[in-house]
Amino acid sequence: MNQTNSLKYNLLLGLSFVLIMASLALVFLYAPTEKEMGEIQRIFYFHVPLGWIAFLAFFVVFVSSILYLRNRDSKWDTLAHSSAEIGVIFTTLVLITGPIWAKPVWGSWWEWEARLTSSLVLWLTYLAYLLVRSYAREESRGARFAAVMGIVGFINVPIVYLSVRLWRTQHPPHLVDTLEGSMLLTLLIGVAAFTFLYVLLAYHRTTLMNQARKVRILRQTLDEREE
Amino acid sequence: MNKVFAILWKDILSELRAKEIAASVLFFAILVIVVFSFAFDPEDDTIGLVAPGVLWVAFTFAGVLGLNRMFAMEKEKGCLEGLMLCPVDRDIIYWGKMAGSFIFMIIVEVVVTPIFLVLFDLPLFMPELALIAVLATVGFVSVGTLFSALATNTRAKDVLLPILFFPIVIPVIICAVKASEVAFDGKPFGDMLSWLGIMGAFDVIFLVVSSLVFEFVIEE
Repeated sequence: MNQTNSLKYNLLLGLSFVLIMASLALVFLYAPTEKEMGEIQRIFYFHVPLGWIAFLAFFVVFVSSILYLRNRDSKWDTLAHSSAEIGVIFTTLVLITGPIWAKPVWGSWWEWEARLTSSLVLWLTYLAYLLVRSYAREESRGARFAAVMGIVGFINVPIVYLSVRLWRTQHPPHLVDTLEGSMLLTLLIGVAAFTFLYVLLAYHRTTLMNQARKVRILRQTLDEREE
Repeated sequence: MNKVFAILWKDILSELRAKEIAASVLFFAILVIVVFSFAFDPEDDTIGLVAPGVLWVAFTFAGVLGLNRMFAMEKEKGCLEGLMLCPVDRDIIYWGKMAGSFIFMIIVEVVVTPIFLVLFDLPLFMPELALIAVLATVGFVSVGTLFSALATNTRAKDVLLPILFFPIVIPVIICAVKASEVAFDGKPFGDMLSWLGIMGAFDVIFLVVSSLVFEFVIEE
């Protein structure tokens, strides 16, 4: 890691830390308790940002998949791969925090409703995306196949949403414009915190993947020399 | 167009000679319907709830089976290399294979649907069902052909196709089930228009997208 990179990295790390701490403080100390739902509503400040950033992560997968198929530059593939992993983790958290909130408020863990079902389909799609890679015979082929899934899967999202919305709807509508000032601030800081966390994780994951690739190449050349 | 037809004709001929896909897929679809009837135990009052689901689960599962064979047979006999050596664009291969899968699936549906309607005691003449079936089948084979080609080039080809295929075709399954429900209930045609619309949009979008990315899937 060179000088400017490590400075950027430390800045990123510091900002993520400060924002996450600020977000925690705002969620638990600053934001008022919601009148009808009570304390459980605070999970909303994690649930919503996680959902948005997961979606952002999948959008990054989509764009970098296209770029990879066009330029065959492995850096796009690495970015798509790590972004998909983070997106799947964030979606998993969305699917866990959602039912925790829904049980006391709706009275049921799960409803087959538009946004819940879309998130579930999204989760399944990108798990499949990660599986394609591991089943491919060679790395480059796995990257190509995954890119195809990354494109097809993302294009499918609005169609899934549309069809499930017509099917059923129960999720609370977009609350953001009716949100009280202090609640909105808490939410926005939460979104900022998770955005930085996403960038930080993506940075780590891509660096790790690049290093793993280098090690593999080194090992191959060593093996060839020994022979 | 001639080239697409040549590939399609090749598939039809080899199927006519080997009778490898259609018969087994057909039998499988009927088995799924029978097994699900036992699983759900449909009575007079629940039949309307269960029937559309059973029909489309059967076609989805049978479709995966057939789609798996479409490229597996090319791979086994080394025909895929031959196809790729043909002086045609890769998307021609896609359209040809897609058309083949479409015809096979439609044949299966044409045979299985009347059996299903009899077993579930539903009216036999339902022209709307044909329209639903065509739209849903185009949706299935549009992404199915792409993923079938993809899956044959991997280590776990039999498992991978359903894993990729099911999450993507969920909108088609929802729409097909809902539209069939409207048809089985004898409600007016207008009630199913929005479902047909979504399926139509899915078909157009994925025919275009799949034909565009197909070359990346079969490239060696």
